[in-house]
Amino acid sequence: MNLYDQIGANRRRTILLFIFTFLAIIVLGYVFGFYFEDPYLGATGAFIFSFAYSGAAYFFSDRIVLAISGAKPIEKKDHPLLFRTVENLCIGAGLPVPKIYIVEEPALNAFAAGRDPQHSVVAVTRGLLENLEDEELEGVVAHELSHVRNYDIRVMTLAAVLAGSLVMISDIFLRSTRYSGSSRGGRGRGSGAGVLLLIGVLLAILAPLIAQLIKLAISRQREYLADSSGALLTRYPEGLARALEKIAADKTPLRHVSEATAHLYIKNPLTAGFFGNLFSTHPPIEERIRRLRQA
Amino acid sequence: MNLTYFILGAVILIGLFLLWLYNSLVRSKARVEEAWSHIDVQLKRRIDLIPNLVETVKGYAKHEKGIFENVTKARSAMLGAKTVKESEEADNMLTGALKTIFAVAENYPDLKASVNFKELQDELADTENKISYARQFYNGNVRDFNILIKSFPNVLLASALGFKEAEFFEAKEGEREKPEVKFS
Repeated sequence: MNLYDQIGANRRRTILLFIFTFLAIIVLGYVFGFYFEDPYLGATGAFIFSFAYSGAAYFFSDRIVLAISGAKPIEKKDHPLLFRTVENLCIGAGLPVPKIYIVEEPALNAFAAGRDPQHSVVAVTRGLLENLEDEELEGVVAHELSHVRNYDIRVMTLAAVLAGSLVMISDIFLRSTRYSGSSRGGRGRGSGAGVLLLIGVLLAILAPLIAQLIKLAISRQREYLADSSGALLTRYPEGLARALEKIAADKTPLRHVSEATAHLYIKNPLTAGFFGNLFSTHPPIEERIRRLRQA
Repeated sequence: MNLTYFILGAVILIGLFLLWLYNSLVRSKARVEEAWSHIDVQLKRRIDLIPNLVETVKGYAKHEKGIFENVTKARSAMLGAKTVKESEEADNMLTGALKTIFAVAENYPDLKASVNFKELQDELADTENKISYARQFYNGNVRDFNILIKSFPNVLLASALGFKEAEFFEAKEGEREKPEVKFS
């Protein structure tokens, strides 16, 4: 698969993602509305909400993600080495220089976000800057820039924001059922409503899982791709391989992260429990290192 | 009658194909030119640093006249370069001349310690890194373009329209590893 196929595939995924989220929000709105005895109002509300939300997600997703991560923009004088590394690799990849951010946390991690190369950001943690050698940092930045060049960032950033919205809506739904379940329980209701309520609860529980699955489909393979095209850019796979070793060895947790943004990072910042493994957005780091060294 | 339609259809299809082919040739060529402009920016930046460097070194090492000549020569060769080949030669000459300057600077501790000199050295090292990345991007585009115009049936249209193979911008042997000037 070459670069242009990949960009095409990413565009299709972006559209699918929008359609899926759109439908999911409307269905949730309908069920939600049914519960309050006006399903059409719910659906219409959700429809309008979806439009506004998708638009906002498309144009502001990078800012939303940056706000969640707690990253701060830097200028050249704040960290000349990082700046030059990004500049040089952008020249090599033929990309405009993205906005550069630092996350003031000791954990070792990095991410890229945005809607296209002209509106992209690359963020690295302070811990990464302090612990990596120059060539290793170069490897990590090249990996992130590959995400930018492939338009991975658009799908991934949108997935973060749109999946985040599903999680949020179903959360509201679950809370309101619990709340009103006790206060309105006295009013007699048909069994039809009961069934719909069940579906609603089911949807509310399933939505985050579905959102997880989308992200899974989106990002596992692309981590390998970004690793290899990043290595092609620096002409030095060992740099990224060693960086990944250090990143894997680091157990410092990242403080500003949520389920919705986890897949953006070079290493999954959430500690893997049972669900962490089942819905893991990242291939195992050992496998990535092995593939880099094999080349 | 049927045959006429058939021929008409075939002509339209071929016409569309040629149109598409022509556009992809033009696009690819534009990519090569754009990539070249990235190199050009860095080459310019590099030669802009030269007079400053010469002045600084002269301040400490007046009698080392020989070393400046080569740098100046390389610089004017670079300014006069018209083709990729000429730029490439001038660039390699400049790299060699700069190496001599930095080697000579070794003998002048005051020069080595001067802030100005250190800054220039950093700037030059950075520019050389950027040149090598720009070269990587440019050569990649040249390769794509050359493959495009040489493969069949593109080659028929490309040669008829006078598309010529683009030239690679190559570094001298052994320069590809990090062009870093180390002192100490």
